[in-house]
Amino acid sequence: MADPIHQFEIQKIATLGHIGGHEIAFTNSALFMAITVVGIWALLVGGSSARALVPGRLQSIAELSYEFVADTINSTAGKEGMKFFPLVFTLFMFILVANIIGLIPYTFTVTSHIIITAALALLVFITVLVYGFYKHGLGFFRLFVPKGIPIYILPLIVFIEVLSFLSRPISHSVRLFANMLAGHITLKVFASFVTLLGGLGIFGIFGAALPLALVVALTALELLVAFLQAYVFAILTCIYLNDAIHPGH
Amino acid sequence: MANDAGEKGGNGSRSAEEATLSARLKRLGERLAQKKGPSRQAEAGSSSKSDPSALARGFRLSTELVAGVLVGAFIGWALDKWLGISPWGMIVFLLLGFAAGVVNVMRAAGVSSGPGQRPK
Repeated sequence: MADPIHQFEIQKIATLGHIGGHEIAFTNSALFMAITVVGIWALLVGGSSARALVPGRLQSIAELSYEFVADTINSTAGKEGMKFFPLVFTLFMFILVANIIGLIPYTFTVTSHIIITAALALLVFITVLVYGFYKHGLGFFRLFVPKGIPIYILPLIVFIEVLSFLSRPISHSVRLFANMLAGHITLKVFASFVTLLGGLGIFGIFGAALPLALVVALTALELLVAFLQAYVFAILTCIYLNDAIHPGH
Repeated sequence: MANDAGEKGGNGSRSAEEATLSARLKRLGERLAQKKGPSRQAEAGSSSKSDPSALARGFRLSTELVAGVLVGAFIGWALDKWLGISPWGMIVFLLLGFAAGVVNVMRAAGVSSGPGQRPK
């Protein structure tokens, strides 16, 4: 049976140099990140170059993605949240395109590594902290002190709120990473059933039709998950940014 | 000279053009605000609408709970190591982390939508 984990292995393509004894290498992960960025760039530049009043296909995709993210921000973080449109749009497009590229056979799924999703989640977390303290100063701590709580349980509540705040980047990153990892392993396992059963002769070939149908269905599901996880990541980013913009709520 | 005059005329027409353009922009802004104004503003800050499918929702809830417990356990462990009060830091912070996880889940499920709001 083919190793279902093999697809997530990091392979070195070229060594760029050494920093402090650590090798800085261009890996397959970096290659697919670059492909993702170039793909987004091509999509958006290609989509916006025509500037037609009646949009063509590419322009429609570019406009739809803009409208979608703008609507998401407006509905969760309000008008002030639009300041963070570039951040949210970049995160959404990067995750969406990386997820979809990862669905193509023989490609590498960038978002199936927790180091990538954790870096993205920490970026959001630190942005929330920096912007919250910049905008509200020490008033940002109001986020941890809910209104209308009796004074004798307030210390406990503050501890719980701080822990809940600190757990955000973990759940934010683990969700995307685990979804992509689990989905790709499931696909690989069912696909290997097809080849295993197919090798068993005539009955095996009939038997193999079942996992093959499942793989087709799973691919459709994974396409949904690829979009959904990008959306969930973006909307959680908006909710967290909303806390930085109005901590008193 | 002729060039100058032409430029002046150009300036005049340009400012007129800018005026009409800004008027058009203002009208467009008003129409956009009308189109998506009130309903969007009303739901600002609500997190209960954030999950479009049951699968993603279920997964989100479970990670929220686990993340709270993990953070609590890590802080407890670090305090134990740092202050040498083992096992009290772990006990207290694991329980606090569990509470934080439950708070996270309630918020993610939309039972209570933020700090300071009582569960409905």
